[in-house]
Amino acid sequence: MAAAVELDGVNVTFGDFVAVRDANLVIEPGEFFSFLGPSGCGKTTLLRTISGFIEPTRGSVRIGGKDMKGIGPNRRPTALIFQNLALFPMMSVAENIGYGLRVRGVPRHERDEKVKNLLIQVALAEHGHKQVSELSGGQKQRVAIARALAVEPSVLLLDEPLSALDLKLRQHMRAELRAIQKRVGITFIYITHDQGEALTMSDRIAVMNAGVIEQVGNGRAVYAEPRTPFVASFVGENNGIRGRITSVANGEAVLDTPIGTLRGRNPVGLAAGQDALLFVRPEALRIGAGAGALFEGEALDVAYEGSVTHISMRVRTGQKLTVTLGGGAADALPQPGDTLQVGFEPRDGLVLAKAADA
Amino acid sequence: MKAGWVQRLALAVYLALFFVYLLGPLAVMGVSAFNTPSYPQVWPFEGFTLEWFGKLLADQDMMYGLQMSLWIGVLVVLISVPIGLAGAIVMTQIPARARATYYLVVVSPVLTPGVIIGISTVVFWREFTTMSGLRFMYDGVVMTVLGQSSFISAYCMLIILARLQRFDRAQQEAALDLGASYPQVFRHILLPFLKPALFSAGVLAFLSSFENYNTTTFSILADKTLTTVLAGRVRQGTTPAISALAVIIVAVTVLGAIVYEVLKRRDDARQRARQRAASQAEEAELGGEPAAA
Amino acid sequence: MSGGLPLIIGLPLVAAVLLVVLGALERRHSPAAGPGFFQRNGVAVGLYLALAVGFWAFFIIVLPQLAMVDMSFRPKLPPSQMGGPKDVFTLENYRYFLFGSTTSTASWNILHIKAFFLTIGVSILVTLLNFAISYPLAFHMAQSAPVARLRVLLLLLIIPYWVNEILRAFAFRVLLSSGGVVNKLLLGSGLTSEPIDFLAADVGLYMGLSYAYLLMMIFPLYNAIESLDKNQIEAARDLGAPWWHIHAFVVMPHAKPGIASGCTLVFMLCAGALAAPLVLGGPRTLWFTPIVYDRFYQAFNWPQGAAYALILLLTCIVFVLAVLRLFRLSLGEITR
Repeated sequence: MAAAVELDGVNVTFGDFVAVRDANLVIEPGEFFSFLGPSGCGKTTLLRTISGFIEPTRGSVRIGGKDMKGIGPNRRPTALIFQNLALFPMMSVAENIGYGLRVRGVPRHERDEKVKNLLIQVALAEHGHKQVSELSGGQKQRVAIARALAVEPSVLLLDEPLSALDLKLRQHMRAELRAIQKRVGITFIYITHDQGEALTMSDRIAVMNAGVIEQVGNGRAVYAEPRTPFVASFVGENNGIRGRITSVANGEAVLDTPIGTLRGRNPVGLAAGQDALLFVRPEALRIGAGAGALFEGEALDVAYEGSVTHISMRVRTGQKLTVTLGGGAADALPQPGDTLQVGFEPRDGLVLAKAADA
Repeated sequence: MKAGWVQRLALAVYLALFFVYLLGPLAVMGVSAFNTPSYPQVWPFEGFTLEWFGKLLADQDMMYGLQMSLWIGVLVVLISVPIGLAGAIVMTQIPARARATYYLVVVSPVLTPGVIIGISTVVFWREFTTMSGLRFMYDGVVMTVLGQSSFISAYCMLIILARLQRFDRAQQEAALDLGASYPQVFRHILLPFLKPALFSAGVLAFLSSFENYNTTTFSILADKTLTTVLAGRVRQGTTPAISALAVIIVAVTVLGAIVYEVLKRRDDARQRARQRAASQAEEAELGGEPAAA
Repeated sequence: MSGGLPLIIGLPLVAAVLLVVLGALERRHSPAAGPGFFQRNGVAVGLYLALAVGFWAFFIIVLPQLAMVDMSFRPKLPPSQMGGPKDVFTLENYRYFLFGSTTSTASWNILHIKAFFLTIGVSILVTLLNFAISYPLAFHMAQSAPVARLRVLLLLLIIPYWVNEILRAFAFRVLLSSGGVVNKLLLGSGLTSEPIDFLAADVGLYMGLSYAYLLMMIFPLYNAIESLDKNQIEAARDLGAPWWHIHAFVVMPHAKPGIASGCTLVFMLCAGALAAPLVLGGPRTLWFTPIVYDRFYQAFNWPQGAAYALILLLTCIVFVLAVLRLFRLSLGEITR
């Protein structure tokens, strides 16, 4: 079976600006795939390239094994859910959902039947006659989904559709989107800058930065095994410490840094003498212990949140690090101004190459 | 608050003077339409009569002119609204460097005196129709429609452009993405969105054409419209029949304004009801949360 | 017919085609420039857009103006001689405007020159007068009138707006003629013993002009002032600025595009007014537009009429440019 979407050396440039650089990717049928990255990283451009609104400057997009060159957005087997939903205000809910069928020339009775089923599927059975402006945010969301599903696309593209919703509703919609995807079984390509969304919903995630896909993997992989400093610091909280590698052995690297000698894993196989960054998650830092290293700093701020406590501390170089303690430590919390000894286990430290431009 | 009192009085006096100036002449003219003397006069009011309305309706030239004015108005609407629409759409798509020149060309008729538009239209079409053998096109009605369309299309374009600038391009893309062809997007999405502006443009185009004199008087040649007949009558002498015409025009305008107001209020009420429904649905969705939280 | 027409039609068309071709070439050399015109609109809609705008811009706007310019530089000839050896470019029509003769430059054409300058001068005065009359009302409507009153005021303004120019002028004639209401009042109150002939003194004409185009000033002013944030005025007032200071340094700078727009429109309409001078002018009234009309339909000298029209048009263009320069605005800002 052909891949749902294949990107083969896709480049998109606007004048001198490179929006997407050399994207290579295979997305499998039935996969819930997310592009995660900050705004301006090129993820929306990539989505619009897949849906056909932008032609790649170089490289090719294949959907279902077929090259999409020269095929406009209205003739691709994709459906896009827009960030602002772009529901048609002059049409009723049912007319919105049936629009794709109408322009395909599906006869009215067949269309009505299908729209009715879709309305039931998205729990809007009673709302077909209403105007879009009469609906709540969540209901509009479901109309947009039904409208896109009506044309039976092989790939559904979603451009941060939840960003306008209330927090509570957003969490509810994540579960609902995932459930819909499981039910209809088609490929979902989801775009977001919210790592929580990406991690909870996706089978796989592509993390993007400055037009480049930095890493592709499942949620655990991009969180626990980041391959680049950007991924390490963008997905989840992280502390990055600069230094130079002095020695490597047994998949570990020893780093000489201004705050001491630190040891961590070396997943990408860096060599001694290279400039590098050591990343350690706030929850991996321990007070007063750690074989990876031990260094000193001053507590600036202690935020007790019940199950966890976040401590912001400043080390000798002036850099700020975050330490997250579990709930059990509540009795012995440090005070702002206290001097702390902090350390971590070598398996929790991750040594990555310093990015060329960093 | 003595100052406030003085200010309010000054404002009231000013407003009163202003509207006496604005409406007074029309009112005087209006009253003279119902007064019996054959010279339009208000005072002394010698007796109420509808005679002048009868005279007006019996005036063959006037009625013929009215007919032509209505006919020309319809043609101008049919030409200016589509041109204005095309002009507005092109304005949003034209490359930025050409935009200023394009804008200058299409908006220039708005700032050109009507007589000059009339003159240039006649001059050009006389030569063009002679040269191209389309002599039958050298016709008062044709040229009046064309001449009026030059600036009325620009009015229409400006009205439509104002709404077009609020158009969400994602709507167009959404329709394309769902499989619509370009003409379908235009018909199903863009035109319905622009409908209110197209309607306003149509009304404005008709009214502008109907009341136009400066361009028409040059371009109509031997034919007549209501305004050119009217101008002839006014020059010949003053009769209350002309006042009667003004009364009718004012009455129709007021009626139109009232109908518009009623429709607008009804539409506003509908919008409000929808918003209420939406916020109720929103509350139901977030359900259970105490309002004070 | 005149020999200039093929050139008049040809040159702009060639220029336009050249521009389109250059644009297309440039597009080809810059990748990812977005979809092309026909790709973006589809062939049918694209064709409609191109034809409608092309017809409008060329056949209704540009070519007629150029034809008028061309004609103004040609002699008056019987149709049989048009395009013949005598059909050459000449300045005789302009010479006539200045000297009252197509050949001699011995004496000035005082009547026409005087009418021209009077028209321009009066138009400027009417423009200023209308601004002064309209500004307080526009400000009141935009900033301090309660909503209910605003609706009434707008309605009261819109009704006279659609009464055409001739009828408006006629209303003034009813008002100001020797047997009119104003004279009756004056006589009745004993202020004068004889009716005043307002029309012969051109007072009627000037008032009629001001009256006819009052609303052209109010609506642009109102729109511009309305968009000013009320808080700005409040803030200025809190800082103790006197009222004239607020208007001169807060409201008017903000309303600049509206002021320019209103002034341009009123001037243009005044200078090009035809109905008011015909209805309200006395036998000795001087106004430029009726003179232009007479060149065409009394003297049947079209080239001369075209020259006169061009003089008027150039004056209007100069006025618009002067206003734009004075207010430091672009054309787009005043034609909203």
